[in-house]
Amino acid sequence: MRRVEVMDAREIARALERMAAEVVERGGDEEQLYLIGVQTRGVPLARRLARLLAAATGREVPVGALDITLYRDDIGPWRPAHQQPVLRATNLPEAIDGRVVCLVDDVLYTGRTVRAALDTLMDYGRPKAIRLAVLVDRGHRELPIAADFVGRTVPSSRVEDVQVRLKETDGEEGVWIAREDGHER
Amino acid sequence: MSGERVTRLRGKDLLGIDPLSPGEIQLILDTAVEMREIAQRPIKKVPALRGKTVVNLFMEASTRTRFSFEMAEKRLSADSLSFAAASSSVSKGETLLDTALNLEAMQPDFLIIRHPHAGAPHRLARVLRSSVINAGDGAHEHPTQALLDALTIRLRRGGLAGQVVAIVGDLQHSRVVRSNVLLLSRMGATVRVAGPPSLIPVGMAALGCEVYTRMEDAIAGADVVMMLRIQLERQGRMNFPTVREYYDFFALTPERLKLARKDCLVMHPGPMNRGVEIDSRVADGPQSVILEQVTNGVAVRMAVLYLLAGGYGEPTAN
Repeated sequence: MRRVEVMDAREIARALERMAAEVVERGGDEEQLYLIGVQTRGVPLARRLARLLAAATGREVPVGALDITLYRDDIGPWRPAHQQPVLRATNLPEAIDGRVVCLVDDVLYTGRTVRAALDTLMDYGRPKAIRLAVLVDRGHRELPIAADFVGRTVPSSRVEDVQVRLKETDGEEGVWIAREDGHER
Repeated sequence: MSGERVTRLRGKDLLGIDPLSPGEIQLILDTAVEMREIAQRPIKKVPALRGKTVVNLFMEASTRTRFSFEMAEKRLSADSLSFAAASSSVSKGETLLDTALNLEAMQPDFLIIRHPHAGAPHRLARVLRSSVINAGDGAHEHPTQALLDALTIRLRRGGLAGQVVAIVGDLQHSRVVRSNVLLLSRMGATVRVAGPPSLIPVGMAALGCEVYTRMEDAIAGADVVMMLRIQLERQGRMNFPTVREYYDFFALTPERLKLARKDCLVMHPGPMNRGVEIDSRVADGPQSVILEQVTNGVAVRMAVLYLLAGGYGEPTAN
């Protein structure tokens, strides 16, 4: 396994600052804004964005955590590996009705996780709008989904793995492209 | 306990606690913890088992367990069919195996079975493709009950290891006590059981518990007291002189509860015989978590269905 770093801790911090600025710029509905991180790494990213937004606007933004496992399209008979993904906590401290929800995730790839997240959210209520913020967009969409706020676009091949590691969840910080030995681009 | 985190169950079926490793028990409980949240949502249903069919084959009276399984199935979007022995061909003399084979010919994915004879689910599991879940077989095992009891203790106490759990009552006819002793001792708890000598089966201690004939000795300093129902319907004859005498020696009363730890949890798998094995002042008292057990039962059954639906077997690479 070879690993090439594409973002270090400073670049992640700068990307998040720029995303926070874009969220503020887009504006209009700051009072209703609600950041919801997709488990696992979307949650610490949502917390970091909330801190940046609070510093920029002086307004606290609520942060929630969403587990989309039970809404995935690859559990059951379609899942070749025969292993159910491990469930994690969903915790929405406030109701989402009428709010402008900004979903936060680490990597946008096929778009299937976002589809599952949209379906999950709809079962919790009726937000006024849902936006999407991702640290890395690696392309290869399989569904018609696009992000509103992107930290970095990382062109990648399907045989590669884009790994986001965060201090809160992994003890290290950075974004890497990894590929199994033997696969050449 | 092994350090490696288990992420799937090894077997096709859930027939008892006995075949489960500590890691598998941990996985079911961890999954159940997150399943609890679904009941708090405005829409209490997730699509995880969409298109799966579950047959509930209850050959013996049950309210709580059957409703709990049905609720779990519905919350996961499975289609379920419930089978009541009285109104079926069982009353016309069909064998259990034939009934099950006929049901399986309709391609269900799960068969939940409650049966008066020990080993009935195991017999079916050997011949059926569908996953079989034991919802109580005779006086043998009732795995989902033990799992929901363990979840209740864990949520209240933060863990199972080191807890002293006293189980009191009719040990002879109880499948709940067998599954609970196996699970709790496997997870590092100390289990004490007590009951009248006439209701203690031979070999009880071999399951991994301390056996007492005086209830007071078993509950002294306990963290949890679990009362078992006196199963009057399972006893050909009474194994104790009178219900009144049973109450005098083996009922959990406010006075006896004082012998246990001050914040000792009071549990009962239901249905309760108030005034026989448990005093109403205790059953409805502040230490009782009996209704929490019922709530947790749905979450545990959702966890088992979800984990079995995803496939099983030894972990593969990746």
